[in-house]
Amino acid sequence: MRKRIKNWKEITKTGYPVSLLSIDKDQLFAEKDLTMYTPHTQADRDAMLKAIGVNELEDLFQCLPDKGKFPNLELPDGISEMEALDELQFISSVNETPQELVSFLGAGAYNHYIPAVVDSILRRSEFYTAYTPYQPEIAQGTLQAIFEYQSLIASLTGMDVSNASHYDGATAVAEAVNMAYHNFRGKRRKIVLSNAVNPQYRETIQTYMKGMDLEFVGEDLDPEAGPDDLIELIDENTALVLVQYPDFFGRIFDLTKLSEAAHAKKALFSVHINPISLGLLKPPSEFDADIVTGEGQPLGIPMSFGGPYLGLFATKKQYVRKMAGRLAGETVDTHGNRGYVLTLNTREQHIRREQATSNICTNQGLIALASTVYLSLLGKSGLQELAKLNYHKAHYAADKISTVPGFIINPVQPFFNEFVVHCPAPAEEVNQHLLSRDILGGYDLGMVYPSQKYELLVAVTEMNTRAEIDYMVEVLEEEYHD
Amino acid sequence: MKIPAELKYTKNDEWVRVEGDNVVVGITDYAQDQLSDIVFVEIVALEGDSLDQGETCAVIESVKAAADVYLPVSGEIIGINESLMDSPELVNEDPFGDAWLVKIKMSDPSQLEGLMDAETYQKLERDH
Repeated sequence: MRKRIKNWKEITKTGYPVSLLSIDKDQLFAEKDLTMYTPHTQADRDAMLKAIGVNELEDLFQCLPDKGKFPNLELPDGISEMEALDELQFISSVNETPQELVSFLGAGAYNHYIPAVVDSILRRSEFYTAYTPYQPEIAQGTLQAIFEYQSLIASLTGMDVSNASHYDGATAVAEAVNMAYHNFRGKRRKIVLSNAVNPQYRETIQTYMKGMDLEFVGEDLDPEAGPDDLIELIDENTALVLVQYPDFFGRIFDLTKLSEAAHAKKALFSVHINPISLGLLKPPSEFDADIVTGEGQPLGIPMSFGGPYLGLFATKKQYVRKMAGRLAGETVDTHGNRGYVLTLNTREQHIRREQATSNICTNQGLIALASTVYLSLLGKSGLQELAKLNYHKAHYAADKISTVPGFIINPVQPFFNEFVVHCPAPAEEVNQHLLSRDILGGYDLGMVYPSQKYELLVAVTEMNTRAEIDYMVEVLEEEYHD
Repeated sequence: MKIPAELKYTKNDEWVRVEGDNVVVGITDYAQDQLSDIVFVEIVALEGDSLDQGETCAVIESVKAAADVYLPVSGEIIGINESLMDSPELVNEDPFGDAWLVKIKMSDPSQLEGLMDAETYQKLERDH
């Protein structure tokens, strides 16, 4: 087993993580260096300064407080490329990834196998150098890829229309709240928000909606509460009812009653999904969801320390003009040939300005393409098989873990590939013990739910072999035997 | 550009036809011409709503822009032109007739005095 280093500074040779930035001010302003990288000579600069009546460049920064102006960064001397590479590789070797560890960590980011073809298509420069496809005459490939992506997501979620994606699951959920707010033109100000929605997503919602004067209810319920406990909170002032499916604790609930209750008060109903789970579960359209959001990371996108990810967003046709984000459409050109364009652009902020639902219309072009390649490769039956594999492995793990004394798993509640384990010791301690044996145990729910310090959220995917699951159970048995 | 003499106008290019205590509202020939081909009309006011002067009652979307229509006078919405949902092009074809948007029962008829007559509207300076 490799030595674990607690403090990364211990291992850097210079004591600084990135020595590449060690350029001092004199060097920065030296004529010879400037001309290498900028189009302006000192004579150009002097002429410009003279034209605006300023003596030297520094005078332009007078409005900044002295203590923040040209600070001495005390960086070490510059090093060669070879030394820098050596140092960076040394730093990166401290990282421990699911390639080296046995991982049962999920809670929003999942360790799935990414077929090589995903990367090989992503790395075509036609795709990765392409910018926003505002000009259809030069962007047919990008636009078609977005159109295919939208078609796949609409089909997966069972919804009429998908946009070209958002930044990640968290921002997609926030856009759902935003859309509901604008759908009622600000006249309904209550959001019924399940506390079994990923806590980080709920934080992002608060960031996006700051200043909107919205009332959020439901988050203070007991974490054990199910969707039907939200019903009594819905009223005529409710713009949106928002749940996660499977929820943050991995649980699967029938959302029919909650959806009916939301619609009875004419509120919108939004469901956040894990796309892999839809290989097995009823799509949210069958619960009559008005909006479906999702984190697209499981669809062929590496965990990458939290991003870049992919925000899935789909809705019913009747709300398409309220939806944020880009939308690619299929059409015909003047010769009758099939072609693709961005469509319904008047929804977007570059045309509607302050009237737009959202001022963010950026999509994750390349990451959406990754999920498109991934889903195309798997196909319908491949996704179903993958979902079953996740389901069965997770249930095998749950059964085995529940044989260890003191470890309890709710025997009744259905789940997909993630479940809560009640531990005989604080989850933090269990995790530390597992990590000492090269196992990333799971997500310590006590970190965000104070009453859940003994609860560990365990995720199992197709990447976890039977041997890995058995090994984790063995390690638990050794430590927590009777 | 048609500007019927019997109507009243706002600086936002809405027209108002007074019918007793009620008014009918639409957008002017100039407005539809500026917007160009209209592809979608959403009347956001609901029958029975009581709205104030200046509140948005409809959104008109063309191939190049989306514009809000503001209520010229306060009152209760007593009718909306549902045919525009399926035939938004009516706004281009007949802005003063078939493409009326909403009917309002006025709560304060004195607000009509703040609107322009046809002659004043015609002389309105356009900054574009």
